[in-house]
Amino acid sequence: MIRLAVDSPGGILRSIVDFSDYGELLPLVQNSLLAGALLGLVGGLVGVIVLARDLPFAVHGISELSFAGAAAALLLGADVVLGSVVGSIVAAVLLGVMGVRARDRNSAIGVLMPFGLGLGVLFLALYPGRSANKFGLLTGQVVAVDDPQLHWLAGISVVVVLALAVAWRPLLFASLDPEVAAARGVPVRALAPAFMVVLGLAVAMSVQVVGALLVLALLVTPAAAAVRVSASPVLVPVLSVAFALTAMLGGILLALGSRVPISPYVTTVSFLIYLVCRLVGARRLRRARRTPALQPA
Amino acid sequence: MRADPLSAAPAGATTAAPAPAPGPPGPSALSLRGATLRYGSRAVWSDLDLDVAPGEFLAVLGANGSGKTSLLRVLLGQQALATGSATIAGRPVRRGGRGIGYVPQQKGLDPTTPLRARDFVRLGIDGHRWGPWLPSRSATLRVDAALAAVGATGYARTPVGTLSGGEQQRLRIAQALITDPAVLLCDEPLLSLDLHHQQSVSALIDRRRRESGAAVLFVTHDINPVLPYVDRVLYLAAGRFRVGPPEEVMTSAVLSELYGSPVEVVHSGGRLIVVGGAAPSEHPHCGAHDEGRVA
Repeated sequence: MIRLAVDSPGGILRSIVDFSDYGELLPLVQNSLLAGALLGLVGGLVGVIVLARDLPFAVHGISELSFAGAAAALLLGADVVLGSVVGSIVAAVLLGVMGVRARDRNSAIGVLMPFGLGLGVLFLALYPGRSANKFGLLTGQVVAVDDPQLHWLAGISVVVVLALAVAWRPLLFASLDPEVAAARGVPVRALAPAFMVVLGLAVAMSVQVVGALLVLALLVTPAAAAVRVSASPVLVPVLSVAFALTAMLGGILLALGSRVPISPYVTTVSFLIYLVCRLVGARRLRRARRTPALQPA
Repeated sequence: MRADPLSAAPAGATTAAPAPAPGPPGPSALSLRGATLRYGSRAVWSDLDLDVAPGEFLAVLGANGSGKTSLLRVLLGQQALATGSATIAGRPVRRGGRGIGYVPQQKGLDPTTPLRARDFVRLGIDGHRWGPWLPSRSATLRVDAALAAVGATGYARTPVGTLSGGEQQRLRIAQALITDPAVLLCDEPLLSLDLHHQQSVSALIDRRRRESGAAVLFVTHDINPVLPYVDRVLYLAAGRFRVGPPEEVMTSAVLSELYGSPVEVVHSGGRLIVVGGAAPSEHPHCGAHDEGRVA
């Protein structure tokens, strides 16, 4: 699929960015844009909790098993989204059981991740169909979101956003300060596996659009950028969602005029936002550190 | 076998600070009756009777494994007693009970923690409630008052993770007291603070307990930073305990009897140093403030 046309000077460039025929292409990706918007919303919100709970590595681990599930579904002729959801949930439950403490969890992820990836590669190798489907699961696909898939994504988004809306405060409390949260009556232990399931759903969604390898760009980078420029518990999730939406929709629109898959665009936009936030935030965090010293304590 | 606890009747009267005198009259902020805690067949402590009056400052001392932290877990409703009862402001302890404010030991929060100082304090009001974070005028006013009470108004909008350990502990005290609990549980709140911050945080806890009337249960391995404020000591050792004013409990005779082995309490420059005892070493990383614990 990633065959770059080098038949003329500037051919490579044109295969990366090419805005001719843009007007005709746009309606074709309407579903993708909708999917991207849902994904930006979910990814931006989930990312804030992922960072607060120190789970970026788990996101990567879950996405590999989600990929394996999707690949298995492809091979068996089952629904790919369902396959990737099943893979995600299995991974989330396994991580919940294998590693309660951070150390155990990280080694559990390190063990599960290559196994999941290996399984996925096996299923894809056995799959006789179009190779575009195969690559899509790993690196993302732009025009491939059909109506049933979009309905899946919308359904999952509603579940994830509702779950987060209900659990947001205690979840954040339990993630940032577990001992005090427990003393205040927050069900800290029950929230951990519950969030892993929500995370699994969000990962399964992302795998459909940006691909298993690049899920982190959506579930971690926007939130990581947001916490660099704000410490407001309201502004951080809002910024995180805005960044995720920008990366997602911007990435799709840029990818439209090219033959390259969508993910490099999404990851690049996402990364640039992070870089800018990191630069802006460096000044802010330095100033913040100095401020208290100037105040009478 | 267990030691019979010292009578607590004259407690508080001998301390220089005019703390509310603990004792029978008036309802207790905290009450333990015949409380026994067991892990399997091992009794951590048994038949513990304790009444802490509103506004009283009780230091809980003891070696590692003597059940200090277990006592906190009992009061927080996270650990069930084998026998006896535990009540806070007259009500049986329960998980998440509103009668308790909890200040844990200082641990650095990440600089990118998505909370400002005032949001961190607000967690004490509604951090446990379901639902997203909504603006609330009454919460804002209460947080303002709580910040002012601990002298943290100047950094109310600073990201909490960028504050110093002492500043974070001030915020934890504000957060714990914002709901006017009957009891303030402090679990080694001075650990990993420098001497200056140890003193200012101790003084703050003392001032806030007088203003709010909350009883303070202060678990520590080193009594010295809070010695000027302590009304009574609960000393746990080898499954036994003593309760009484520091000058009665922190003596060579009492601690030797408690440990069942020779222990010497040395007074040095206004500080208490406990030498001897069968206790294993604890907190190996803080050799600088070893005084006051059994070495």
